[in-house]
Amino acid sequence: MPNVLKSILTHGHRQRLLFCLLLVAVLLLPFATDALLGRGWVRIVDFAMLYIMLALGLNIVVGYAGLLDLGYIAFFAVGAYCYALTGSPHLAMAYPLLFPDGLHLSFWIVLPLAALLAGGFGVLLGAPTLRLRGDYLAIVTLGFGEIIRIFMNNLNAPVNFTNGPQGISRIDPISVAGVSLNSTQQVMGITLPSVHLYFYLFLAFTLLVVFVSSRLEKSRIGRAWMAIREDEIAASAMGINTRNLKLLAFAMGAMFGGVSGTLFAGFQGFVSPESFSLMESVMVLCMVVLGGMGHIYGVILGGLLLALLPEVLRHSVVPLQQALFGKTLIDPESLRMLLFGVALIVVMLYRPAGLWPSRVRRRELESDEVAR
Amino acid sequence: MNEPLLTLTGIGKQFGGLSALTDVSLHINAGEIYGLIGPNGAGKTTLFNVVTGLYQASSGEFSFNGRLFQTGAPHLLAQAGIARTFQNIRLFANLTALENVLIGRHARTRAGVFGALFKNRATRDEERASVVRARQLLDYVGISKPHQTLAKNLSYGEQRRLEIARALATEPLLLALDEPAAGMNATETESLKALLQDIRSTGVTVMLIEHDVKLIMGLCDRVAVLDYGRKIAEGAPDEVRNNPGVIAAYIGAESE
Repeated sequence: MPNVLKSILTHGHRQRLLFCLLLVAVLLLPFATDALLGRGWVRIVDFAMLYIMLALGLNIVVGYAGLLDLGYIAFFAVGAYCYALTGSPHLAMAYPLLFPDGLHLSFWIVLPLAALLAGGFGVLLGAPTLRLRGDYLAIVTLGFGEIIRIFMNNLNAPVNFTNGPQGISRIDPISVAGVSLNSTQQVMGITLPSVHLYFYLFLAFTLLVVFVSSRLEKSRIGRAWMAIREDEIAASAMGINTRNLKLLAFAMGAMFGGVSGTLFAGFQGFVSPESFSLMESVMVLCMVVLGGMGHIYGVILGGLLLALLPEVLRHSVVPLQQALFGKTLIDPESLRMLLFGVALIVVMLYRPAGLWPSRVRRRELESDEVAR
Repeated sequence: MNEPLLTLTGIGKQFGGLSALTDVSLHINAGEIYGLIGPNGAGKTTLFNVVTGLYQASSGEFSFNGRLFQTGAPHLLAQAGIARTFQNIRLFANLTALENVLIGRHARTRAGVFGALFKNRATRDEERASVVRARQLLDYVGISKPHQTLAKNLSYGEQRRLEIARALATEPLLLALDEPAAGMNATETESLKALLQDIRSTGVTVMLIEHDVKLIMGLCDRVAVLDYGRKIAEGAPDEVRNNPGVIAAYIGAESE
């Protein structure tokens, strides 16, 4: 039977069929999760999608252009604070004279602005680090990430801009076509709770990010990035303006981070500096490296695994220990770090290119389809 | 059209206190194969790096194709029409042979982020033309392995050829080769020689550094000899070979 199928369907058809099946599965995912694991897990999956977007953004910088960035979460923070400031009563409370009602800009106005601002921050980080590579670049970007976080933490005095460590709360929920996603909706007799609605919104954005990434990867720009990653001197000798293309990589990656951050603020309704710690940057980098640097599907897999792992542990480790020993001996949070370390070491030893490295690309080249 | 393609005037290059090049002046005419020889450490590669924009000359200036270049930026020179290979091969090792050559097309193609995202007609046409051209070039330099072989998996000789194909993809006026025959056996050198003659016949000017005297003598129209960063001789290969100064530089002067 599979042979018959194979003979009817060409390679392209099969790919498309597979894609459609996958899409249907993903569309049903919140319902399946809800039914099998409970509503809380749908929320966890929503967060995983945000992480996937972040990982795909970082993949442009690290995976394609080969620029090690340890402060990537800063762009996520920029996006999140953009919407937090403009879409919450914070400004009204801090400056009642200037903003009697707060700004309460629409999410859809803030989103592109936040993306642009994050992109601008990307260039701001990229410009002074153009000559740096590897370890040195990592140190500077790490510092940059921390600077942004510390700014968020301390910009509550003398002017209260970010409300400091307390963070900004009561951020407006995202609404699509006038429908607030913070409500339960009935569509054609199907009940869609808020987390489901957010899931579909995030799915749409993730697909957009995947689309942009894959188009960039297989373009003249993407090839130039990879040339820079492989050998910067040879790349410049081929007529590639390495300065501009590195800045472009930083800006594109930062924009993805900004978009993800804006969504995060609207979804969570609350942002505070502790969401943007160095650990988060490291986490996103781990997703990229563990999944398969430079390979979109690998990065998605890495993002999904690492975003879900702590939750799986949280829900399994404590009950397991309770059942076995009658008390909790190991805190799931410390176990998570242990497992992380082990997973990273194992992957680096046995699959240095990541769990799911790019092989598809080569096969594509084989069939002369790059020109299409 | 009597203007030389490349003119160097009084080029000097210092690294700290060390003078790698001192007052080097030369010119290369369009359509020539121009050789650059000299003992190890004579400054050949330094001169090469100045011409291809990797180093900035400490003094002097050079003009290429009627344009004066003072500050060299490699990508600008590549766009102006100087393509190079490297002494120690610098391919994009983890990319395929085809991708390596496609990257060489960068300077001659236009598609930006917009084109990449929307794949408009112009981008698709450009991409298709690039792939066709890249495949032609791979066949032209004689890479027998499949075009999707990773560059690092090619044999040494083929890697050298791939570097030439990649350089040719930038549609150069001047092809600068840094020791293209290094590490090649006699047969490989012979076919490289044929390839270079063929490249010249397509109208590309060639400049090469080489240690293989036989290759230089059989191939070059003119040769310049560098020693301790100075040009000590220039002319047809036969003249240069019999120049006492050159002999002295290579095997030492007779003590009086």
